[in-house]
Amino acid sequence: MSQIQAFDADRALARIQELKHLDGALLPILHALQDEFGYVDEVAVPLIADALNISKAEVQGVVSFYHDFRPLPPGRHVLRLCRAESCQSMGCDKTIAHVERRLGVKLGETTPDGAFTLRDVFCLGLCAHSPAAMLDGEPHGRVTPQVADMLIESAGRRQ
Amino acid sequence: MKIYIPCDAAALAMGAEKVARAIESQLKARRIDAQIVRNGSRGLLWLEPLVEVETTEGRIAYGPVTAESVAGLFDAGFAKGGEHALRLGVTEEIPFLKMQERLTFARCGITDPLSLADYIAHDGYRGLERALKMEPPAIVEEVANSGLRGRGGAGFPTGIKWRTVLNAKADRKYIVCNADEGDSGTYADRLLMEGDPFVLIEGMTIAGIAVGATRGYIYIRSEYPHAFRTVQKAIAIARDKAYLGPSVAGSGKAFDLEARLGAGAYICGEETALLESLEGRRGQIRPKPPLPAIEGLFGKPTVVNNVISLATVPIILNKGAQFYQDFGMGRSRGTLTIQLAGNIKHCGLVEKAFGLTLREAIYDFGGGTATGRPLRAVQVGGPLGAYFPESLLDTPLDYEAFAAKRGLVGHGGIVVFDDTADLAKQARYAMEFCAIESCGKCTPCRIGSTRGVEVIDRILTNQERSRNLQLLDDLCETMVDGSLCALGGLTPYPVLSALQYFPDDFRKPAPAPQDADASQEISSWR
Repeated sequence: MSQIQAFDADRALARIQELKHLDGALLPILHALQDEFGYVDEVAVPLIADALNISKAEVQGVVSFYHDFRPLPPGRHVLRLCRAESCQSMGCDKTIAHVERRLGVKLGETTPDGAFTLRDVFCLGLCAHSPAAMLDGEPHGRVTPQVADMLIESAGRRQ
Repeated sequence: MKIYIPCDAAALAMGAEKVARAIESQLKARRIDAQIVRNGSRGLLWLEPLVEVETTEGRIAYGPVTAESVAGLFDAGFAKGGEHALRLGVTEEIPFLKMQERLTFARCGITDPLSLADYIAHDGYRGLERALKMEPPAIVEEVANSGLRGRGGAGFPTGIKWRTVLNAKADRKYIVCNADEGDSGTYADRLLMEGDPFVLIEGMTIAGIAVGATRGYIYIRSEYPHAFRTVQKAIAIARDKAYLGPSVAGSGKAFDLEARLGAGAYICGEETALLESLEGRRGQIRPKPPLPAIEGLFGKPTVVNNVISLATVPIILNKGAQFYQDFGMGRSRGTLTIQLAGNIKHCGLVEKAFGLTLREAIYDFGGGTATGRPLRAVQVGGPLGAYFPESLLDTPLDYEAFAAKRGLVGHGGIVVFDDTADLAKQARYAMEFCAIESCGKCTPCRIGSTRGVEVIDRILTNQERSRNLQLLDDLCETMVDGSLCALGGLTPYPVLSALQYFPDDFRKPAPAPQDADASQEISSWR
């Protein structure tokens, strides 16, 4: 996730200006900001509200509604473990408990060294290879505790 | 010579990228001249990465191929279809595939998903060609006569929806594709968007021309980044070749498309929440009426259809309504794309005429459980579908037959659980999921789901058991009757079915002797 840049209000504004002409531009704008900075900084909220001529509360309401949009920067790696029914039927609970123990954080948290953000996800559409996971946007199937260890180690080496 | 290595996310999740690199380096080292095609998935997912080699006999499949096995494959003459432990024979002859009736997925896995030439060579754009020679109402009638019903889960007749939009008067109309495939155990939309995106684009274009819409959106969930990228590229290609734009295929009729990304909200699979989200708001559902067909996106008449419904339109237009209508049973016409998931040995996509029983799907196609343990429960239709016990496995996969058993065909996902499953835990999870994903519009869903978790917890710890069972029953009734959409309205189904069919699971840790059988205490369920 090396392409992520530190938040910069001028660059945020440039992205907002590029996209504000779209019909229903708010989600595309929020995605663009999160792709660029890794999260939606609160400083961007009034900028978006101003560009789209809506209230700050409306923007904030949308940011907080969707599970994807983060108000704070994530860790260097984001590991998402699926905990929906198909993955439950193949023992995702074991994998999740193992990863939580290993990283010392719960789902939804970031390790103190900023290396990993652990998140749950409800279905990646990889239900034929449950339990499934996504590490930095790449899909992984049959994620047993051992496979999870390998993923964490290889990501740790990449930094 | 061509070698096919899938680029589908399921194949990538099992190491297809490493396999592709290993094959490339072997080809170079052995000075073999071959073209690598990155195709979609054939849907034989337990065999992924499934690599195919073009030979005079046809395409020969090998799988599951690992990067480590590649050198050995080449030693065995894999490039010429040579014998090897991983050789599966001619792909089309693999029983799992041979037993199917592939209509919507006819091309998926065969072609390069982003080759328009490939698409056209395999019957692509023939449906549009015919549609462009027809009057718009005749296109709508063709779809209506095919008997196609919404494949997203609700099963509403597609032709009737289209007719409503056709007859609505407005300066602008929209076609919206619901690609927010959030149900666990389903992946047909993803497979299709990654494996044959042009068929979806063609289906939406036909829909636009039929109802007089000039603009379409494909709302794809953010959990599907690969599908999103593939669809975006396919739209750009179609536009470049004038299959989208101001004059579709030189017809003078305009239609253009845009792919939009969701943001991790299950509720946006509900059509009105999806429209809110597309408009840039919280994904909160809208009361109906007005129907989206009358007042949909930006207040304009809008067709909202699932990926599979829209992707089925081209073959209906190409081969005619009767051809499609001839598949299926009762009022469920055509084919259902069944997705075998969870604890199943042969997981994958099965496209088959409606009417196959659950047992046939799970055993004849799926080969039983992956763990080899006895099957205990099956959930069909995602997190809002009922849990069925073994005794209901002879239910045919048909909208009406499932509804009669208080089940849901839904989007056709089948999740199998073996005998280690704890159905009380699954029931609790159903309420928990509803609490996490509720949009908050209706009180029974927003509050009821949280209370549901608490009540189930009290039952499981034997606190005032009878009273709490009654309370759960009342709560479920309130959710079913008092919620505007399917999330609050159907969450009780997995809960009450678990209680009805697996009452013993709710008797832990120590059952009190005076307690009545849990299933006997649930009145509204019967």
